[in-house]
Amino acid sequence: MSDTQTVQQAPAAPVLDTVEHAAGTPDVEQPWAELGLKPDEYANIREIIGRRPTIAELAMYSVMWSEHCSYKSSKIHFKLWGENTTDEMREKLLVGIGENAGVVDIGDGWAVTFKVESHNHPSYIEPYQGAATGVGGIIRDIMSMGARPIAVMDPLRFGNLHHPDTQRVLPGVVAGVGGYGNCIGLPNIGGEVVFDDCYQGNPLVNALCVGAMRVEDIHLAKASGVGNKVILFGAKTGGDGIGGVSVLASETFDEGGPTKRPAVQVGDPFAEKVLIECCLDLYKAGVVDGIQDLGGAGLSCATSELASNGDGGMQVELDLVPLRDASLQPQEILMSESQERMMAVVEPKHLDEFMAITDKWDVEATVIGEVTDGEHLVITWHGETIVDVPPRSVAHEGPTYDRPLARPAYLDELNASGAASLGRPETGDDIRAQLLTLLGSPNLCDKSWITDQYDRYVLGNTALAQPDDSGVVRVDEETGRGVAVSTDCNGRFAKLDPYAGAQLALAEAYRNVATAGAAPLAVTDCLNFGSPEDPGVMWQFREAIRGIAEGCKFLGIPVTGGNVSFYNQTGDVAIHPTPVIGVLGVMDDVSKRSGSGFRSEDAHVYLLGTTRDELDGSEWAHVVHKHLGGHPPKVDLAAEQALGRVLVEAARAGIVEAAHDLSEGGLAIALAEACMRHGVGVTIDGLDRVGVDDEGNALDAFTALFSESSARALVAVPAGHAAELEALLGDVPHARIGVTGGRDLEVTGVFTASIAELKAAHEFTLPAVFGA
Amino acid sequence: MRIGVVTFPGSLDDRDAARAVRECGGEAVALWHGDADLKGVDAVILPGGFSYGDYLRCGAIARFAPVMDALVPAAKGGLPVLGICNGFQVLTESHLLPGALIRNDHRKFNCVDQRLVVENASTAWTSDFEAGQEITIVLKNGEGGYVADERTLDELEGEGRVVFRYVTDAEGRNPNGSYRDIAGITNARGNVVGLMPHPEHAVEAGYGPSLDGRGFFTSIITQTLESAANA
Amino acid sequence: MGSIVVDVMLKPEILDPQGQAVGGALPRLGFDGFTDVRQGKRFVLTVDGDVTDEHLTAAREAAETLLSNPVIEDVVSVRVLDGSEDGSEDGAEGGADGKGESEDGEQ
Repeated sequence: MSDTQTVQQAPAAPVLDTVEHAAGTPDVEQPWAELGLKPDEYANIREIIGRRPTIAELAMYSVMWSEHCSYKSSKIHFKLWGENTTDEMREKLLVGIGENAGVVDIGDGWAVTFKVESHNHPSYIEPYQGAATGVGGIIRDIMSMGARPIAVMDPLRFGNLHHPDTQRVLPGVVAGVGGYGNCIGLPNIGGEVVFDDCYQGNPLVNALCVGAMRVEDIHLAKASGVGNKVILFGAKTGGDGIGGVSVLASETFDEGGPTKRPAVQVGDPFAEKVLIECCLDLYKAGVVDGIQDLGGAGLSCATSELASNGDGGMQVELDLVPLRDASLQPQEILMSESQERMMAVVEPKHLDEFMAITDKWDVEATVIGEVTDGEHLVITWHGETIVDVPPRSVAHEGPTYDRPLARPAYLDELNASGAASLGRPETGDDIRAQLLTLLGSPNLCDKSWITDQYDRYVLGNTALAQPDDSGVVRVDEETGRGVAVSTDCNGRFAKLDPYAGAQLALAEAYRNVATAGAAPLAVTDCLNFGSPEDPGVMWQFREAIRGIAEGCKFLGIPVTGGNVSFYNQTGDVAIHPTPVIGVLGVMDDVSKRSGSGFRSEDAHVYLLGTTRDELDGSEWAHVVHKHLGGHPPKVDLAAEQALGRVLVEAARAGIVEAAHDLSEGGLAIALAEACMRHGVGVTIDGLDRVGVDDEGNALDAFTALFSESSARALVAVPAGHAAELEALLGDVPHARIGVTGGRDLEVTGVFTASIAELKAAHEFTLPAVFGA
Repeated sequence: MRIGVVTFPGSLDDRDAARAVRECGGEAVALWHGDADLKGVDAVILPGGFSYGDYLRCGAIARFAPVMDALVPAAKGGLPVLGICNGFQVLTESHLLPGALIRNDHRKFNCVDQRLVVENASTAWTSDFEAGQEITIVLKNGEGGYVADERTLDELEGEGRVVFRYVTDAEGRNPNGSYRDIAGITNARGNVVGLMPHPEHAVEAGYGPSLDGRGFFTSIITQTLESAANA
Repeated sequence: MGSIVVDVMLKPEILDPQGQAVGGALPRLGFDGFTDVRQGKRFVLTVDGDVTDEHLTAAREAAETLLSNPVIEDVVSVRVLDGSEDGSEDGAEGGADGKGESEDGEQ
């Protein structure tokens, strides 16, 4: 043969790894280790199915038993949720933990579903798509409960603001969150932006979605009813997100051909918008029996979970899956994380109507299987069985680890070194200067550069959004009934004490919702931690869970669902334990919500709650002294509850013109924010009434202004309503500390700063880094 | 008083436009992109959103939808049409209005409460305003830069067809790089108006920056009542 | 299977913020020699069999009516895609056969 005449040898037809073939070749080496399985897990799989797994089965188990999908390191700790949930708490829950998202009854026949999830690692690799697909994923979870998604929020955490990598990651993440959310048409009603060196190699991109539906429209992810059809609809399946699994396919590519299996998923918000409208039409027509979205682990997850939750088995013909890439192997199809796909279980009599609706929206829908009367999930490829497993074993009976935990050795020293040792500002001028420094610091500065990239108006139901304390959306246009949501977490407090820190996060979200005037009702959580293989991190995790469980029980509001993200660490350095808590509250009439900014002159300003000398872990210690040490502020959930009741009642009674909770930066920052919001100033002449020290003496000005004691809020009440407020207050500690008016923040005898100066300090931090 | 609101795949502010019509006393009629049927409405709104995901160019695919086969001749015949944001983009792509909309000059999506001057209060959609009146409505888009060649711009200015202009900031800049700070324009006849900002998000107290958007919808409702009376 | 390439660019007088952003970024990466950058679009239209004159005519019309907005864009080229410029690996299209081989065969 000459050079110009090479005959291309047709490759030998591959032997499909069928169940039959696997049964007959028990001793074949399998890449279970490369797929992340442990030896005992592999052995366990062989035991469950009574033979070696086929390559497709191995792929399914490996991904469904991964930390991300199986929660193997966290499961045993979640028992604490159950143990701390009272019957009374359960009453409000229409759907609890375990489904795609929890659902709560908000009254008048309305149900609301909400959940927060993480997409941390992909956002570090590809910030835009990582963030975009994170938003897309949580929206689909909400959709699959039968709800119309109505709002999104984005708790974000980045490394140092001035680090070049933050300049790579942040704009991409923000553009991705906005790009997806804006195009799909959901208002972004709030979130957080936190900068801390500990997140440098591990930015956190958490995404929350809220949805609403009538109670009778709740849909669940189960496949039951023998003969019901299993339909895959939405986008075609491609090679998205299967990078790791390509170890199964790429090794045999000849001539060094590049593997075309991207590790990154790419989202299409238009496709998801169309999918939302299509699903809502399907739900309205009553043609959907069970529904599941395809997220992490794609088809493996959807099929095994639907089957496992149901009461029969399932048969799927994988070769019927519409493909974007015809070269995908069956195990790759099972692992694909192509976005914007859903799976429905539909009774045969409804099939035609189902297809007519998907046709109307130009959504591709394919019957790929049906519910059987067996007990197994059976998947075939061109007639040959490649998967035959008990679905529970894949979806719900993955390994459970009881990882060792140990209180970290550094904690004693860390806790011993509090803020008492730090130099404090002496004069009014020093206090003023430090206030301006804090206002311009990364965590406290104006975030408009980010939040102006998000549509907050679409759907026309946003009653409150950033920079106010919670996002508030109307659910019922006739009555004004609606919900408020806030997400919070102070990772520094959690580092000092994970139990208290988690409770403080819960308290802050609870307080933010109440501040807007909504009665807190339910909780979701996104637990971002380092490596579970580090006993210190596992201890932090356990403590945080304990804190949340006990806190929720005390407050009477259940955790409805959430997410765990482990392995947020670079080398030995883990992120601060960051248990992000989302609280949802209800309002009969959202037009009564309270905003955070002063509005009129001569309103009385009250500080509600108890202020102590609590500067450990504060924003002041962090910004002025770069110090982290001591103990976080005292948690007082009884005080939070009492404060919450007052704020909700006051809003309902319409007597408050502004309410703003106190958190990072304490009273000084809260006052500055309340002034800047609408340009109405305040004169604080009662600083000495803010709080007392251990000896009963009034706190000094600095401590009164910058302490971060919990369970506190500011309210501004028109003079005519002051008596009504005082009547509502009951036992809640309070002090009238000033009066609104003018164009300055004046703390009598200490300092005066004009609103213009406050804004000048506050507004340019992010534009200076990222451009106007 | 029957105002059609078109829904394309990806339209987002169609529900809000319909609500605004109802709030202001009209009847909102849903029009489907796939049907070349205007259902005998008195006026049509092309709403905001990301029709077809903004793929290819904003509005480039929507302009070929069957509903446009009915709308274009009707508009040329005098039917009042309001294009909001993506709707404005569909109007320029289908050449019912001149010029084009390109990416914001700062390349970011921007959502802001925007001050505008109403320069032409004679169109079907602005008759309830006064010429020179300043209003504040929502601006939220990534592709809002209005561009056209000099000849077209001079023609628009000369004929009083610039309907809305952005109030610039302290440095004289408008929010997206639009030529001559143009926020919205009309055709020669004054029945077809397109603008980037969103009046439908400024019609309900507590859910927008003002109630200034109401004027758009009350204008058209008054107009159609008058036309009916004069018919 | 033949393909036609259509290149579309913004008209020279139209502001190109994306091109400007790219142009601003290049020097930061050490590319000092470029005085301007304009960003456009490239469409690849695939047909059954070879590309004929009819295909090309249709492509030109599609380019004028849909692929470009004549108000702000020019169609700068419509041409047959030849093998040397499609950037794919040798035999990648026919290489789908090769991908049939998997580890299954060896297990």
